[in-house]
Amino acid sequence: MTQGIYTILENRPLTASVRLMRLGGDTAAITRPGQFVNIRLEGRFLRRPISVCDWRDGEITLVYKVVGAGTAQMAAMRDGTLDLLVGLGNGYDTADAGEAPLLIGGGVGVPPLYGLARRLIDAGRRVSVILGFNTAAEIFYEKEFAALGAAVTVATADGSAGVRGFVTDAMKRTAPYTYFYTCGPEPMLRAVYAAAASEGQFSFEERMGCGFGACMGCSCRTVTGYKRICREGPVLRKEEILWEK
Amino acid sequence: MNVSLCGIGLDNPVIPASGTFGYGWEFAQWYDINLLGTFSTKGTTREARFGNPTPRIAECTAGMINAVGLQNPGVRAVIDEELPRLRACFHKPVMANISGFSVEEYAELAALLGAEEQIGWLEVNVSCPNVHGGGMSFGTSPAAAAAVTRAVRAATAKPILIKLSPNVTDVTEIARACEAAGADGISLINTLLGMRIDLRTRRPVIANRMGGFSGPAVFPVALRMVYQTARAVKIPVVGMGGVTTAEDVIEMMLAGAAAVEVGAANLVNPCACRDIIESLPAAMEKYRIQSLEEIIGGCE
Repeated sequence: MTQGIYTILENRPLTASVRLMRLGGDTAAITRPGQFVNIRLEGRFLRRPISVCDWRDGEITLVYKVVGAGTAQMAAMRDGTLDLLVGLGNGYDTADAGEAPLLIGGGVGVPPLYGLARRLIDAGRRVSVILGFNTAAEIFYEKEFAALGAAVTVATADGSAGVRGFVTDAMKRTAPYTYFYTCGPEPMLRAVYAAAASEGQFSFEERMGCGFGACMGCSCRTVTGYKRICREGPVLRKEEILWEK
Repeated sequence: MNVSLCGIGLDNPVIPASGTFGYGWEFAQWYDINLLGTFSTKGTTREARFGNPTPRIAECTAGMINAVGLQNPGVRAVIDEELPRLRACFHKPVMANISGFSVEEYAELAALLGAEEQIGWLEVNVSCPNVHGGGMSFGTSPAAAAAVTRAVRAATAKPILIKLSPNVTDVTEIARACEAAGADGISLINTLLGMRIDLRTRRPVIANRMGGFSGPAVFPVALRMVYQTARAVKIPVVGMGGVTTAEDVIEMMLAGAAAVEVGAANLVNPCACRDIIESLPAAMEKYRIQSLEEIIGGCE
């Protein structure tokens, strides 16, 4: 975990509501895909946690959805700098992937899987990816995953592209997999949990105060005790998840 | 920059507030926490607590609301695990923040933590607004706050500070009752009871519906209450509420604070207290302050 000032290199739309921001600065604190950054924005008291889509030496890519005033403010930024906390959260553990891992992303849960896919493919894994969206117009990163060499299946809820239905409908048709990694809205995570044929890792979302473990704002119960989504998460293993409510 | 708090010297008056600094050791990866005057631990109860359901956090203009609900591992785990971890990275007396659901629980916590060599002060939270039937009721009545103070006083020889709620009609009446019951100091303010509603769902943002409002927005309210309390009691007052800068520290001390706690600022900038301490000398020079101790209560 470090705090630093990052330069906005690029900030462009991918769809009507999803944007890509490239930032220049120190990336030494990022150790795993699935970690996140926490962004300070002028006039907003709390930082905005955003998952890291990908990183390389000196450069971070964020893919974020404009949902509220904070992300709208981010979308309007053309250049300048941002104050970030970097290297937050545990991230995905790639050691468990096996030969043929399956990555399952829904909507704005897709981005952290890209950095994960790149590392798994670099490690010689045969990676399959299922990307779920509501409709064809909301699809992003399908080509980028394919360019890495992943086998990509898209599912849309309205059937306007790819498999008609949810990611779990696409999972029924997918080749056998050794392990899975997933990120998306909670109803999707619950459905993946029920449908999955292997062990796997889930990335969760929660409203955070600090993002680095101090405030206990994002705690959840797990089989192995209380965890902070920002610190011992956001990635939990399937066997430790306790679904609440 | 050194000050004295209930007979214990502090290198500077800056103290991270309870609930924003864990049990300290996790902040040691951000900076050398020995720079601090001291810090106040996460509020500790007898039993381990998960706290309230999530979401527990809501943003506000210049602040935030939290309804964490005193999540903590319980006093045994604090003594057996948290304090030993802290010993490796912090070499000053620590302020132990305790919260109870009965007078007896407060006394037991004070006895257990007061017996720990690392603990310099006990900060007794009679004001946490998050727990149903808990802290709130003690802190809103002079008699109940005094009963807690007496029980804690009898349980430990260490200095005790009673941390008061701002959600009362007259905080000075409660502060005086605590002083009469044997408190060594008063700390205030805890968070102000607040609420936000999500316009899309028309439901409260926080699962617990209401929570404690803190951050720069509450600073003037906190300053006013510190000023009133410092004039009402003879024991030292630790001021807190929205403190973010070295100037805020000075202002709190002019209002009567013997030392100053910093809360929500730590959650936005993990190095907030280090930054405040580092900028204090320049701020003192700018306002021609030779010694911070001399300006305590310096505002007419």
